[in-house]
Amino acid sequence: MTKMNDPLLRVDNLTMMYGDRVGCKDVSFDLRPGEVLGIVGESGSGKSTLLRSISAQQEPTKGRVEYQTRIDGTRDVYEMSEAQRRLLMRTDWAFVHQNPRDGLRMNVSAGANIGERLMAVGDRHYGNIRNAADTWLGKVEIASERLDDLPSTFSGGMQQRLQIARNLVTSPRLVFMDEPTGGLDVSVQARLLDLLRGLVHDLNLAVIIVTHDLAVARLLSHRLMVMQQGKVIESGLTDQVLDDPQHAYTQLLVSSILQN
Amino acid sequence: MEQTVNQMDDTASAYNFAYLDEQTKRMIRRALLKAVAIPGYQVPFAGREMPMPYGWGTGGVQVTAAVIGPQDTLKVIDQGADDTTNAVSIRQFFAKTANVATTEKTADASIIQTRHRIPERELREDQILVYQVPIPEPLRFLEPRETETRKMHALEEYGLMHVKLYEDIARHGHIATTYAYPVMVDDRYVMDPSPTPKFDNPKMDNMAALQLFGAGREKRIYALPPYTKVRSLDFEDHPFEVQSWDDECGMCGARDSYLDEVILDDKGNRMFVCSDTDYCTERQEAGHRGPQHHDQPLGSTKSSPNSEKAAE
Repeated sequence: MTKMNDPLLRVDNLTMMYGDRVGCKDVSFDLRPGEVLGIVGESGSGKSTLLRSISAQQEPTKGRVEYQTRIDGTRDVYEMSEAQRRLLMRTDWAFVHQNPRDGLRMNVSAGANIGERLMAVGDRHYGNIRNAADTWLGKVEIASERLDDLPSTFSGGMQQRLQIARNLVTSPRLVFMDEPTGGLDVSVQARLLDLLRGLVHDLNLAVIIVTHDLAVARLLSHRLMVMQQGKVIESGLTDQVLDDPQHAYTQLLVSSILQN
Repeated sequence: MEQTVNQMDDTASAYNFAYLDEQTKRMIRRALLKAVAIPGYQVPFAGREMPMPYGWGTGGVQVTAAVIGPQDTLKVIDQGADDTTNAVSIRQFFAKTANVATTEKTADASIIQTRHRIPERELREDQILVYQVPIPEPLRFLEPRETETRKMHALEEYGLMHVKLYEDIARHGHIATTYAYPVMVDDRYVMDPSPTPKFDNPKMDNMAALQLFGAGREKRIYALPPYTKVRSLDFEDHPFEVQSWDDECGMCGARDSYLDEVILDDKGNRMFVCSDTDYCTERQEAGHRGPQHHDQPLGSTKSSPNSEKAAE
């Protein structure tokens, strides 16, 4: 049985090298169910490399990623068979891309996009799939009548919300987000963040969110890791890190936000 | 092997038996054996250039060339008919390069090469059905990456196939895919049955004859051994069903065969006629008559090509 205090995900000394160059180095952390971890840092600091390595998309050079699976107990994700890993990725995990086009099938309807994961795990009842898709469309505040429309007819913000619905339909426990609000204007960002915060709370999701936007990090995450040149230079509770930064680089990062 | 290297007399002596050289045939036979061993799995093979353009059955011709022997009787169908361009030219090709007997009768043939149809008459264990396949990958519609589709086959990740069917129902209210309708082979591989109408899908299930599929441009071979389970994909609340017609065949009165619609004039008159010409002819010879028959000479009922979707 999974205990509430057992970590859902444990990352141990993760290192990713691109030849001689460092992608990320010696990263370790635990993530508990329902916890939101923000990873911040400037471009090229290794955030996305770290996220790809944790989310089983790119095998790290060194280190372990262990996940508390629903049935099998704690497993090293890179020691699973590829079939098990891919099943995990499309059921218990979710990945929200910065660009919704990377996470959506643009040539099938919104309903089919949401239903894909259900069909992938063996749902073969059209009516049920469609109802689930409709329900999820509602949860991400898209009108029911858009169910049969192609995502290409949606605005950027709607596409991002659709991507979130498509990912959450199988009730995952762990969600990876790579700059989910990037490229959206400020009011749409605010709405999306509101929505995300509600969903994370209601569904008790564990989230790892990569962002360079400290406002997003402050709003969503419980804990924060600051990265620079592939290394975690500071980590702690979000408020603590942002309000009382210890590392020189974090101080620079925090002070570079426009204040009013 | 020696007996198949037929020293053809005078004119055709420049060709090996059945056009392809023996090494090529061995290579294709190896692919065929693998395909038969793993029903529904697409086996890559080193497809050769054939003296016809891609899309005209180069895959089927290579498979036929690899399995045909001097004793065989060949029938070639194009859209159900024996007398359309593609069928006539391929039949002549093998008559010339392999010197084999040809026939238009399904019952008399030992090898039947087909494009778009499975004969209405039930096939036997001693017959081989060779399909010409344009696009062997059923997942191609939604997943353009070959590396990814291969992985999906390997890991049995076939949810995507249902996304296509879902999309059909969402747009049309029913599964509107009428040809190349995806099937699950032996509870393992999802397979594209080539552009046969879905009317023919049930015939593939548990068929007595060996079914071989050749895709020339894509260089893939796959197969269904005799008596293999073939199930058409569907939803629980939208079960698979085949096309049906309100009309009967105008020539032979058949109600159980796949019918082509033929436009008769510009005043809205039309008739339906069996797409399988051999089936229709046999029924007429047995005395069956449809409403438009009027006892014209036999064989004047040939349907037009490209009428595959007309009946929809």
